Amino acid sequence: MAYSEKVLDHYSNPRNVGSFAKDEPNVGTGVVGAPECGDVMKLQLKISDDGVVEDARFKTFGCGSAIASSSYVTELVKGKTVDEVMKIKNSEIVHELSLPPVKIHCSVLAEDGIKAAIADWKRRRTTDTKAAS
Amino acid sequence: MYTTKAVYLDNHSTTPVDPRVLEAMLPYFTNTFGNAASRTHGFGWEAEKAVDDAREQIARLINAKSKDMVFTSGATESDNLAIKGVVEFYKDKGNHVVTAVTEHKAVLDTCRMLERKGLATVTYLPVDRYGMVDPDAVRRAITDETVLVSIMYANNEVGTINPIGEIGKIAREKGVLFHTDATQGVGKLPVDVEAMHIDLLSMSAHKMYGPKGIGALYVRSKSPRVRLTAIIDGGGHERGMRSGTLNVPGIVGFGKACELCREGMADEAQRVLRLRERLKDFIYAQLDEVYLNGHPVHRLPGNLNVSFAYVEGESLLMGLNGSVHPIAASASLPPIAVSSGSACTSATLEPSYVLKALGVGDDLAHTSIRFGIGRFNTDEEIDYVGERVVGEVRRLRDLSPLYEMAKEGIDLKSVAWQRD
Ligand SMILES: Cc1ncc(COP(=O)(O)O)c(C=O)c1O
Repeated sequence: MAYSEKVLDHYSNPRNVGSFAKDEPNVGTGVVGAPECGDVMKLQLKISDDGVVEDARFKTFGCGSAIASSSYVTELVKGKTVDEVMKIKNSEIVHELSLPPVKIHCSVLAEDGIKAAIADWKRRRTTDTKAAS
Repeated sequence: MYTTKAVYLDNHSTTPVDPRVLEAMLPYFTNTFGNAASRTHGFGWEAEKAVDDAREQIARLINAKSKDMVFTSGATESDNLAIKGVVEFYKDKGNHVVTAVTEHKAVLDTCRMLERKGLATVTYLPVDRYGMVDPDAVRRAITDETVLVSIMYANNEVGTINPIGEIGKIAREKGVLFHTDATQGVGKLPVDVEAMHIDLLSMSAHKMYGPKGIGALYVRSKSPRVRLTAIIDGGGHERGMRSGTLNVPGIVGFGKACELCREGMADEAQRVLRLRERLKDFIYAQLDEVYLNGHPVHRLPGNLNVSFAYVEGESLLMGLNGSVHPIAASASLPPIAVSSGSACTSATLEPSYVLKALGVGDDLAHTSIRFGIGRFNTDEEIDYVGERVVGEVRRLRDLSPLYEMAKEGIDLKSVAWQRD
């Protein structure tokens, strides 16, 4: 299989690899996929009080295209508001990385990762607020 | 820097042509180009002589009679001819075939086709956790309707060697024909069609340092005499079992390849085994959670199939292929050619059915890599591959959320994964 230059670049030099500390406030964590399906992505978003993504980290088990999709997404979300981030579509990732049809599921995984991270952030924020009040 | 050019460790897929094989073939493209079936002139006689000599060389490697060798285009065709040919010819005797779940697709898909057409019923025997077929299970599977047992010699993915001598003996006792797809075993392991009670045997030149597009089916002519219905009809070549003008240069190369394998087998097996153990020992010493797929002892000397837990196979292949792609960072590193049982590398997007049959979970199947070591690999190459593999696995484990979770003591089996 031939990989696009951008996939190769993200695979060789993945951006924003790592993990935020679990208990860090303002962090939403999404873990999507399953080991037996061959891909698992963990995406963490650090979101300011006014709902802007300030930073992102990822770790991904999966093929080169899955790693590249995750890496690209961490760049894409930075500086965007939660509402904007929720509107990111997998087709955007497919287009940017020139993913072939058999790799579209990698971009779907990345989109799911964003949604899961935001959902986690919202959940934690409501429980935190409840705990504070 | 260890090596300057790409390292080829995919010798189960195909092998390079040995220069001595190529040299033997060359005259048969130009000077000695005759049709082996031309009986009216010297061009034909010379070609026929070359084919006869090659037939002798090939037969000798498996202790067969030279006239029992039927030339084909390769093992896929040989498997098709053996199974379809026997089922069709013996249809009045019965229609049951016994085979195993880890066979090559050339056997499995042929069997499925016969089932679909209603021409045969097929028993697909399971294998143990090492990929081995139990001879007693073969015995139990044979019925009054059984016309053929087809069990491979060595498996192409995990390298497991089946006890085909025992299986052949059982088939013979029961009066059932025994076919073995010996594509991976011939030339690397001893084969004796008499001692092993083999009635039909598939082989292919390009897996043993011969050219692509030429193979053979051994068809026993005596005690018992095996009959087949041909798939390809025409001029009646090859005792009527496979018509078509013979591929003389290919056959000459196949013959030479067999001769070289026979002469060098013991030394080569030892040398290749030593290289494999060297690679395995290095990897095991450097990395945790590496799991062997297949049998620890009864396996092809050149086969190492391992799962690197938490690292998806295709991503590892991508790293090892490195400099085929314009990645500046690794441009100076020679690429390494291996293969994987991961879904991402198969057309079906399913992980390897062979690993599944061994009971390897899908999670580990996705992380499997097959190293196929062969005649032309060197110590330097093996050391280079060891270093690169360890380096890439470490890098990808640093990227792997599963490795992180496992190191934190999380039981990955207990996690409620979000599947799509
Ligand atoms: C066990 C086995 N059988 C059959 C084949 C098919 O061989 P060929 O490429 O000669 O058709 C192969 C090669 O992939 C093989 O490994």
